[in-house]
Amino acid sequence: MKKEIICTVCPMGCRIYVEGTEDSVTSIEGYTCKRGEEYGRQEFLHPVRILTTTVKVEGREDHLLPVRSEQPVPKELLMDCMEVIRKQTVKAPVARYDVIVPDICGCGVNIVATGNIG
Amino acid sequence: MYEINCDVAVIGAGPAGLSAAVAAKKEGAGKVLLIERDESVGGILQQCIHPGFGLTYFKKELTGPEYAGRFAEEAEALGAEVLLNSMVLEVLPESNQILCANSEYGMTRVTAKSIVLAMGCRERTRANIQIPGTRPSGIYTAGAAQRLVNRQNAMVGKNVVILGSGDIGMIMARRMSLEGAKVLAVVEIMDFLAGLTRNKVQCLDDFGIPLKLKHTITRIAGSRRVEGVYVAQVDENKKPIPKTEEYIACDTLLLSVGLLPENELTRQAEIEISPVTNGPAVNQYMQTSVPSVFACGNVVHVNDLVDNVTTESLQAGKYAALYAMGQLEGEGREVESVTGNNVRYLCPQRLREEKGAKANLFFRVLAPELDVRIEARCQDRVIASKKERRVNPGEMCSIQIPLDDVTDDVIINVVKEA
Repeated sequence: MKKEIICTVCPMGCRIYVEGTEDSVTSIEGYTCKRGEEYGRQEFLHPVRILTTTVKVEGREDHLLPVRSEQPVPKELLMDCMEVIRKQTVKAPVARYDVIVPDICGCGVNIVATGNIG
Repeated sequence: MYEINCDVAVIGAGPAGLSAAVAAKKEGAGKVLLIERDESVGGILQQCIHPGFGLTYFKKELTGPEYAGRFAEEAEALGAEVLLNSMVLEVLPESNQILCANSEYGMTRVTAKSIVLAMGCRERTRANIQIPGTRPSGIYTAGAAQRLVNRQNAMVGKNVVILGSGDIGMIMARRMSLEGAKVLAVVEIMDFLAGLTRNKVQCLDDFGIPLKLKHTITRIAGSRRVEGVYVAQVDENKKPIPKTEEYIACDTLLLSVGLLPENELTRQAEIEISPVTNGPAVNQYMQTSVPSVFACGNVVHVNDLVDNVTTESLQAGKYAALYAMGQLEGEGREVESVTGNNVRYLCPQRLREEKGAKANLFFRVLAPELDVRIEARCQDRVIASKKERRVNPGEMCSIQIPLDDVTDDVIINVVKEA
């Protein structure tokens, strides 16, 4: 398997060429820094993303609570996570970094509040 | 009329205003008052729920609400006061007064010792770019749609086309996709991406959204609601090429076509405006042509990183506090910072000689270039210089210069390394 990855670590946007199998990298070229190499490997083997969205607030139709995944979640789970979060509601008060959904989709990452609801 | 007296009045409680208020309190200002037209503080960051903020300033990747929250909490802890739901109508520099309309007190007059302008910027609209066609509902600026979707729990559409590849447009492409809408295309008139590569990868490529470079929207169709848009390729003069036109059926069009500093109050107060940045011209203290009025953030020049807004706003707040306490000279001999080779604009535009002090000059280049040297010259002396691997018009550059002997105008050049 061969992949061309555009590095997003910094604005340089280096093109990294990675070859390998599902669970190992056999060759990696085109990166220009150590963080770029790590990104290339991660993105080839198992791409992850920070997920941010909002959660409904009970009894407040025109308000939303912004939330994020504490750590990045596997990219392929983004839409599954959205399905879970969409069904969620919170009751005021909520403080920043309160856990809203623990261990979302069993991937070991918590969805936490990024704002306050008084 | 309701009257309020304070030492430092800050217009706008977004990231610029909050940072300025924090710095003013830390510098020892007495009463610091933030005047905000929205119902809560944080400005645009409240709706920027995505990550990517704070990498430079906090060395940590935060979302907009987290970044704004840190400054809002600090401002509150330091005792800065906030007047919410208050639209400023006029700034009167001669008497250091601000007239605003507050939903509780009615017309309100704030008298201050110094004023910080932190009104931010606003989006260019369909009228600014003159897209022909009908005027149905379903056409939003990307930021307006972002507020509706992220703060007000109102989804704006199901099948979406986005005009402009700026960061807000791409971020909304991802947001709409996550919320179940279909984003059919992002259309960009230039032959390069307007926003960050990172956003193309994570907002467009991740969701299989096509990016159409060198294309524009030639017409909007629909009577009550948007029914579709006509998209055509453009030639080197950005004119649509006939016969390349295609129709994309959609119910929503989002516009991400640039930002304009919001300077109605500045102009009305007859404060000098830079014709290049469309914001007030300032010196290293972020002081405008009116000595008691300071300015910071996107009202001065549109930034790409909020971290830079914070840095310059902390300066504005600090010096506004010193001015209010009578510790900053109102007048002084100033030289200009001048754009040299491959520099589009510079901020601050004016520099005052100051022994032992340094200033950060922020600037944008005209054209992308690799392996350059940035140098600051004063007459025939090079007073500062640094190397940069890559410069790009979309990313603000900066250079720190000493202010010891700025006896004449300071010229900034960006030159290719031999």
